[in-house]
Amino acid sequence: MKLNLKVWRQKNAATAGKLVDYTVDNLNPDMSFLEMIDVLNDELVKKGEEPVAFDHDCREGICGMCGMYINGRAHGPNHGATTCQLYLRKFKDGDKVYVEPWRSRAFPIIKDLTVDRSAFDHIIAAGGFVSVNTGQSQDANNLPVDKNDAEKAMDAAACIGCGACVAACPNGSAMLFVSAKISQLALLPQGQPERDIRAMRMVEQMDAEGFGNCSNISACEAECPKEIKVSNIARMNRDYFAASVCSETK
Amino acid sequence: MASVAQKSSALFKSSIGKKFLMGLTGLFLVTFLLVHCFINSMVFFDSTGSLFNEYAHFMGTNILIRIAEVGLFGGLILHVIDGLMLFFQNRAARPEKYAYSDYSTNSTWYSRSMALLGTLLLMFLILHLAHFWVQSRFMQLPEVDHPQLKVPMINLYGLMVTTFSSPLIVAVYVLAQISLAYHLLHGFKSAFQSLGLNHTKYNQLIDATGTVFSIIIPLIFAAMPIVIYLRHQI
Repeated sequence: MKLNLKVWRQKNAATAGKLVDYTVDNLNPDMSFLEMIDVLNDELVKKGEEPVAFDHDCREGICGMCGMYINGRAHGPNHGATTCQLYLRKFKDGDKVYVEPWRSRAFPIIKDLTVDRSAFDHIIAAGGFVSVNTGQSQDANNLPVDKNDAEKAMDAAACIGCGACVAACPNGSAMLFVSAKISQLALLPQGQPERDIRAMRMVEQMDAEGFGNCSNISACEAECPKEIKVSNIARMNRDYFAASVCSETK
Repeated sequence: MASVAQKSSALFKSSIGKKFLMGLTGLFLVTFLLVHCFINSMVFFDSTGSLFNEYAHFMGTNILIRIAEVGLFGGLILHVIDGLMLFFQNRAARPEKYAYSDYSTNSTWYSRSMALLGTLLLMFLILHLAHFWVQSRFMQLPEVDHPQLKVPMINLYGLMVTTFSSPLIVAVYVLAQISLAYHLLHGFKSAFQSLGLNHTKYNQLIDATGTVFSIIIPLIFAAMPIVIYLRHQI
């Protein structure tokens, strides 16, 4: 099959980018979208042109590295899947396909489709952890966990930090990511001692990174490859409010 | 006290604080809509307008209502300022727009258009206040004696009849209610989510109440100018 691509090419953060037309032919419908970009890059290299830079790693939907804004949607037309899990059979022969990077003030473009997602790392470093004493781990049964809470914590922990929520949000808000990272700890006993300070620090850092504000459009939930729920955002709002009003943490 | 002020200002400067303020003021305005709608519905039950005038007289003269009115303007102004701040900050969060984006499958158009719908409503509100609030509060309107109460009161119903004698004004009022309906359709549920009130036991109830409220209240409001126009012009 054949695809007519419009790919965002940008040399670096300092220079302006533009959409460039490429036609890729002789594609197998069972190829993944990334394999199609590999084919395109092979052709570009053969022609002596600069290949398209894009992020990728595991290519099985668990690492969170890949991320392209395909035909106006984060990770393309699939539901609950990353770009590497998108197959060409989702497209029709001869389709025009727009391929753009995540766009957010907090995710500056490094090159072409590669963006700098360090903002997420800063948010995690601000409080997305639990402090654990060294020494022998205690018996797991000493910490009873409600089954429902365990499930919800696991669901939140499924977040791979790809940034599709930011990319899909018309406001460029990172609240789905931050709320998942807060919830996975807030729901479990190990997360309790630092629950207040975590909520405050992570939200402060999120705001400092320059993400937009959430207005409950819920495009993030619809486009999240791990189907993280916006109920996590409500939990974050509660935690942040409780921490701001009730805790002695400044 | 200083620390309380600092704490609350820090809270409302944050992204989540702004959501909170938006939700709180939004729900406050929802309660106003409910009262406003109930009082004005009296126009349906008495074509002479005395029943409505009596209710309006109470609303205009009761001291508690007058104090609440100040709070209402405060809440409205906060809602508008907070909304505008959110709009401009959110636009700035994506300096370079997508060449092609397709939100049709992941969200509703009205949830993405709250600022536009809100601006339309604000424009309508200014017109609406000029039509009725400014007139009744600052102009000398003719007074009528209530048939039973024998108390002189402003003939607000008469003002409605004159205002809604123009089909253009009736049309503007009806169109504004469409904006209101869509603004509420997202805003009502959104306020609960912003305040952290998301719970599997109550979400369906909140959603259903929000949808019913967003349809019924604007419908009743839209019916008022239409009924008055038909009652007195035809």
